Amino acid sequence: MSDHETDVLIIGAGATGAGVMRDLALRGIASLLIDRRDLNAGASGGNHGLLHSGGRYAATDTATAAECRIEGEILKRVAPQCIDDCGGLFVAVEGDDPDFAARFPAACAAAGIACEALTPDEARAREPALPQTLIAAYAVPDATIDPFRLVLENVAHAEALGLGRYLPHTAVEGFETDAGRIVAAQARDLRTGAPFRIAVREVVNAGGTWAGRIAALAGCDEVRLLGSKGTLIIANTRIAKGVINRLRPPGDGDILVPGGTVSILGTSSVTLRDPDDAAARAPTAAEVDRILDEGSAMLPVLAETRFVRAFSGVRPLLLSDAAEEDGRKASRGFTLYDHEGQGLANFCTIVGGKLTTFRLMAEKTADLVAARLGVVAPCRTATEPLPSGPGLGWTAPGASARDWMARADATDTILCECEMVARSAVDEIVARAPGHEDHMSLDAIARRSRIGKGACQGAFCSMRVTSHLYDAGVYEGAEGLGEMRRFIDGRYRGVRPVLWGAGLAQTELAEILHVGLAGLDLLNDDAPEDPR
Amino acid sequence: MRRPHRRIETQLTVVGTGIAGFAAALFARARGLDVAQVGHSGALAYTTGYLDLLGVADGRKIADPWAGLDALRMTEPGHPFGRLANADIRAALDAFIGEVNAMGLGYTPAGAANLTALLPYGVTKPTLSLPETMWPGAAALAERAPALIVDFAGLQGFSAAEFAANMAAVWPGLATARLAFPGMESLQVFPEPMARALETRETRAAFVARLRPHLGAVTHVGLPAILGVHRPDTVRAALEAELGVTLFEIPTIPPGVPGIRLRELFERHLPGRGVALEPNLKAAEARLDPSGITLALHGPMEDLDIRAEAVVLATGRFLSGGLRAERSGIRETLFGLPVAQPDGREAWFRPAYFDPRGHPVNRLGLTVDDRFRPLDAAGAPVHPRLHAAGAVLAGQDWARSRSGAGLAIASAWAAVNAAGAELGSSPGDPGPTTAPGAAPAQEPGTA
Ligand SMILES: Cc1cc2nc3c(=O)[nH]c(=O)nc-3n(C[C@H](O)[C@H](O)[C@H](O)COP(=O)(O)OP(=O)(O)OC[C@H]3O[C@@H](n4cnc5c(N)ncnc54)[C@H](O)[C@@H]3O)c2cc1C
Ligand SMILES: Cc1cc2nc3c(=O)[nH]c(=O)nc-3n(C[C@H](O)[C@H](O)[C@H](O)COP(=O)(O)OP(=O)(O)OC[C@H]3O[C@@H](n4cnc5c(N)ncnc54)[C@H](O)[C@@H]3O)c2cc1C
Repeated sequence: MSDHETDVLIIGAGATGAGVMRDLALRGIASLLIDRRDLNAGASGGNHGLLHSGGRYAATDTATAAECRIEGEILKRVAPQCIDDCGGLFVAVEGDDPDFAARFPAACAAAGIACEALTPDEARAREPALPQTLIAAYAVPDATIDPFRLVLENVAHAEALGLGRYLPHTAVEGFETDAGRIVAAQARDLRTGAPFRIAVREVVNAGGTWAGRIAALAGCDEVRLLGSKGTLIIANTRIAKGVINRLRPPGDGDILVPGGTVSILGTSSVTLRDPDDAAARAPTAAEVDRILDEGSAMLPVLAETRFVRAFSGVRPLLLSDAAEEDGRKASRGFTLYDHEGQGLANFCTIVGGKLTTFRLMAEKTADLVAARLGVVAPCRTATEPLPSGPGLGWTAPGASARDWMARADATDTILCECEMVARSAVDEIVARAPGHEDHMSLDAIARRSRIGKGACQGAFCSMRVTSHLYDAGVYEGAEGLGEMRRFIDGRYRGVRPVLWGAGLAQTELAEILHVGLAGLDLLNDDAPEDPR
Repeated sequence: MRRPHRRIETQLTVVGTGIAGFAAALFARARGLDVAQVGHSGALAYTTGYLDLLGVADGRKIADPWAGLDALRMTEPGHPFGRLANADIRAALDAFIGEVNAMGLGYTPAGAANLTALLPYGVTKPTLSLPETMWPGAAALAERAPALIVDFAGLQGFSAAEFAANMAAVWPGLATARLAFPGMESLQVFPEPMARALETRETRAAFVARLRPHLGAVTHVGLPAILGVHRPDTVRAALEAELGVTLFEIPTIPPGVPGIRLRELFERHLPGRGVALEPNLKAAEARLDPSGITLALHGPMEDLDIRAEAVVLATGRFLSGGLRAERSGIRETLFGLPVAQPDGREAWFRPAYFDPRGHPVNRLGLTVDDRFRPLDAAGAPVHPRLHAAGAVLAGQDWARSRSGAGLAIASAWAAVNAAGAELGSSPGDPGPTTAPGAAPAQEPGTA
């Protein structure tokens, strides 16, 4: 890997980093975005996908609630293709505190959130899955957002403006400083292991939960974060028309978010000391049971629903005394550190906040960076529509199926039967999606599509996609089987906690195929695994 | 309106139509028992067609399965193979393969050592007996014969390029070609209709014409398993005569033709051998009493009661419905037999999918005695004449150890012999028996 030079280095390709990249490009500033894994590898890929109306925070944090409302309204205007404006309900059932419920409309009003009281019958007419035990219901303008498409489009737009470049599997490992400025970042391509240098004028740390560690690499110790693991479970059916929130102080299993053809139920909240502790990060059967038991009180149908996966994300929360005990009580606001107090004039860290507020976080960060670079152009992301393009539209559940049926091209075979992802979609991603590269990994293709996200969780489609990639010349030698093994193992981590019933039987078949037909359990014996 | 109600009385009823169930029915008829068999479509259609005995031990491929079994009895005393002697396992395999050959489907005899069989992804696995249509592939690999691997436009999950790329280290220089299958151009194609089409002379002629230009100087041609459903050996011979090369089949992802061949073969021949076979009915309820076992089945048109003196339960695992996993625990579905299991599902699966030890859930199942009778919590047989065979047995992980068919056949042998002894039958002529008057099975013509 040869050395790079950029005006602005952005570390972390979650929603925040991608948002900063596009915001800068719209002001005419070029940047290089890197992530040690890939787009949405952090909290931006492990969240609920709820575009908050603010209702969730209305009772506890009026400022955050109002911020969510305003940002939600902006995103619905500029990025409608990423959003399902499905609306949401807040509901209380027997056993929930009726006084808490009664205070909800006033709290919403204080944050400017539209809130309509419904009778239990009206609520059940909107959402037939709601139970007879309903005692209160309010409608709010909640919506859902596809964070994968959002991030892909932000990155692609910056690239299309000729003012952005994105490098996956590239980690920052250190900084070279001189006279109160960072002059270069020491980076490493984790796929090849090669170290290289990135000469910079400005550095933005958008490392989410890892931002404290990244700041420390530059000698800044002021970014103190709490990792709060949240676990969610996904059903491959749409259980509700809109978002359903439990109207009580935030707890486990109290939000159901539909997205396209799926539903996501969550979350739990567990404090994590080390966000890289894979064992502690993994969702557990106990968490799944808790979420499901709580969720079924609000939506009894959940007890009979097939869940295809559990996953967890780590919330980057600003450390405060209250937060130490309970991640949910920590502030949902964000903080921009300019690090000038720590003796660095061209480094900043943006952390905290929500997916819903990523645009505002990017705006504040880009304001600072532009000012430091002497650029006066104003922020345009609140008004400039987010354009789409090739290789970007494959992440929404149901999108590939609609596209395939509309084209009715009999020669374009389906590679992923659960989610109807066609060969042409995979070809397009491999050829031009942001971050595409030679020998692209199955994980990278999956992040840019619905491959591996349906009922089989990649167990079957990975085999078909791999065969196709050999045919297409993307894979050579034994690398494809190594890719398949890594991908299947990765997806399995999320399948494991929801294995019972039909899902367990399907996993039994999958293992028989992976082992008996592809010999993946013995791969390491036959050929040493690809070091990448 | 009242549904018609039928009642059958048998000495032995086999529940399950997988390899274990079909083997049990054949073995029981060979002993002269009066046999009924019920089942519904299950895992059989998924098999590669290879009959594995023991291909992997301690995470390594092994060449000698018989020595491997001796070692297994020491390291895993609870394994069902531990209740069987090598001589019995060999007798069971010989009897099964003999029956299959006699019905017209060629399989190689079970030998002293494992064979190296080809898999669709360009890797290999040790197995004991191969369909005749696949055996030349193992032989060609052994001599690194100049070979062409063919795949088909629209046939998913079988890529000649992938096969050749992964084989390159051990079998370099494989040529590849992609053909459009005659009559199925430009559509998504599936192995079963292709196999049925190759049973006709016209399709074979068109196929030969398309394949011939790719032959070059190769001596062997490998294809996905599509060489006919009912007479694959005849289809292969006819094509070889035209092409002047040796053909071999490679298994495909399921449902594949080799499993369909076995299932259709048994369904065609067993009634003629005197088995009262209900191949599309599930036993819905079962009742045990001291003198026997009653099974209740609910067909689309009628209800059926089967009264049996003895039962061989060969219902498979989760995929086939013999076991079921609930959030709260795992149970046997038909009799509610005890399944010893850990506390809580966190312990069912290991954190890493490819952990070489395999997943504990795959070893849960029915614990049996030396006569393959499921035991109750106190360690006594649940019923004196209720036996179990095949994948439903506890203490084994057939997928990881590559022992599926071997375990099914050997445990069916043991279960039937135990049941036969209890019922007073003697182990008669193990060769094929044709019930008098049974019409030779009608087979779609191999023109
Ligand atoms: C369970 C859960 C549910 C949530 N639900 C919602 C919701 O419904 N609605 C909502 O609005 N918000 C939600 N959030 C919050 C939201 O997901 C986050 O606030 C947001 O995604 C943070 O984005 P980010 O870009 O700042 O951080 P991240 O997405 O975490 O990005 C940080 C990136 O930095 C990379 N990185 C780390 N170290 C390095 C390094 N040394 N070099 C290079 N790269 C590095 C990581 O790989 C990662 O991709 C939820 C969060 C969680 C955990
Ligand atoms: C994908 C796949 C690939 C395989 N590949 C190989 C291979 O290469 N080599 C090899 O040796 N083995 C292979 N096997 C294993 C082998 O074919 C058998 O599946 C295995 O040996 C177990 O056989 P079984 O008869 O015990 O169970 P199964 O094959 O699972 O059969 C159980 C039967 O019981 C029936 N059943 C369940 N409940 C009831 C009920 N209540 N009433 C009536 N019937 C019921 C089911 O319908 C089914 O027919 C493979 C299996 C699979 C699934």
